[in-house]
Amino acid sequence: MPETLLKVEHLKKVYESSTGVVEAIGDIDFSMRRGELVCIVGPSGCGKTTLLKCISGLLRPTSGSVVLDGKHVSSPPPNMALVFQEYGRSLFPWLTVRGNVELPLNHKKLSTAERASLIDDALLAVGLDHAADSYPWQLSGGMQQRVAIARAVAYQPEVLIMDEPFAAVDAQTRADLEDLVRRLHLERGMSILFVTHDIDESVYLGERVVVLSKSPTWVQEDLVIDLAPERDQITTRALPRFTELRTHVYEQIQRAKRGEAVRPAA
Amino acid sequence: MTLYTSTVRTAPRRPRVWARLTTTTVYALALPISLLIIWGVWGTIAPGKFFPAPGRIAEAFVKTWIGPAFVTDVVPSLVRLAVAILIAIAVGIAAGTLIGLVRWLRELVEPLMEFFRAIPPPVLIPVFVALLGVTDNMKVIVIAFGSLWPVLLNTVDGVRSTDAVMTETARSFSLTPGQRLFSLVLPAASPRIMAGVRQTLSVALIMMVISEMFFSSSGLGFKIAYFQRNYLIAEMWSGIVLLGLVGILLAVIFTFVERRVLRWYHGIKEVERA
Repeated sequence: MPETLLKVEHLKKVYESSTGVVEAIGDIDFSMRRGELVCIVGPSGCGKTTLLKCISGLLRPTSGSVVLDGKHVSSPPPNMALVFQEYGRSLFPWLTVRGNVELPLNHKKLSTAERASLIDDALLAVGLDHAADSYPWQLSGGMQQRVAIARAVAYQPEVLIMDEPFAAVDAQTRADLEDLVRRLHLERGMSILFVTHDIDESVYLGERVVVLSKSPTWVQEDLVIDLAPERDQITTRALPRFTELRTHVYEQIQRAKRGEAVRPAA
Repeated sequence: MTLYTSTVRTAPRRPRVWARLTTTTVYALALPISLLIIWGVWGTIAPGKFFPAPGRIAEAFVKTWIGPAFVTDVVPSLVRLAVAILIAIAVGIAAGTLIGLVRWLRELVEPLMEFFRAIPPPVLIPVFVALLGVTDNMKVIVIAFGSLWPVLLNTVDGVRSTDAVMTETARSFSLTPGQRLFSLVLPAASPRIMAGVRQTLSVALIMMVISEMFFSSSGLGFKIAYFQRNYLIAEMWSGIVLLGLVGILLAVIFTFVERRVLRWYHGIKEVERA
């Protein structure tokens, strides 16, 4: 059995502000194995982004712990890469596509040739080898998100975390980008934690889908997606099993929204 | 492997650059030239003591400024101006970045900065004269101190308003402090910084002239005041023309540098407009 890569234990996040105390995350527990593609899905406002920020070390949880590759996460770990939803604000407009992909590599101890080959390889993987010298703002939204993905791929992380990365692109581009994520996972064995509010997307992409409850959040269901690893936008989505799974997740989300699911006593 | 049929959008190339340039030049020069002609005609019909004809001023310009006065008055003034501008920009950006990044420092010095900015810079000249005497250093410091504030305050604002997602991106990729400063904070603040520099340039020119009008025996500002006191009206006007030319020179240099530093920024604006 493959080893555990990421372990989230009793994670709790409480925001304290002048207007009062808000418990965003109640108690989240889940783990992810090396080489897995796990989707996290939940009703809107369930604290998905808060969870990701805690996992990536950008935000300190109130209690509980995040362990990545045996190490406790307290600040952004060097073996993790993030892809944000707001690609336009995550890429640096004063750098070219190549410059953006290269920037995080500059502080890694690499030879010039190694660095160049990592960049070329990453740009090729996302299909942007022809646009290396363009600036991000010269590209369409979908292409900009590819640049962000290339940057994460070149960084060679143990785990790639994606925060609703395709929420702001059109449906056709979205399908292409979903297949890109599947390919990176299959061909490169990347471990990917993918957060989305799109139920179909979570079932199509994931090997496991973690369904979150509404806030204060806990894991309402941890579902194994028993679809074949080779997936296709047309045939996979037409499978009866796909429909069953998405219906199941949909019902869980509806229950989560209505607050019907009862949190098991710890 | 090009699976994706995607295109790279570039800013539309301007058609017939030279034709456009000629048209702009004609437009830019038309009004000044017509005004000069009107002025010249007027000056010939009704000569006034205080408004000599442009021909007379041009004559005075050549006689006054082209020759030894260029070396004794114009060059020292311009050198002081250039040194002071460089000091103001360097100090403004460095201090502004530090103040913008360090919160407690900002809270500490912000009221003081507001106070100094509110003081009209020329009134500081007597203070600096008392402290430093009438020296070149005094003039440079007066110009630099007076023109520092726009670039300083703009840098503080620009550094403070670094985009949150970009900052998180930099953190998540564990960028080093040096990388964060030079690849994120300063480029992100550069449009604001350049806006500050533009103001700094015009304040510096004003300060240069004023610093030479008092307690001075050479320089552009001194000469203009001297001509005025001695009723050398055409010479006085020629000095004002020279100041205008210096201002234009500064603006040209600024535009040249700004186009390069903010190429990405203007590119975004053009794509947004297209």
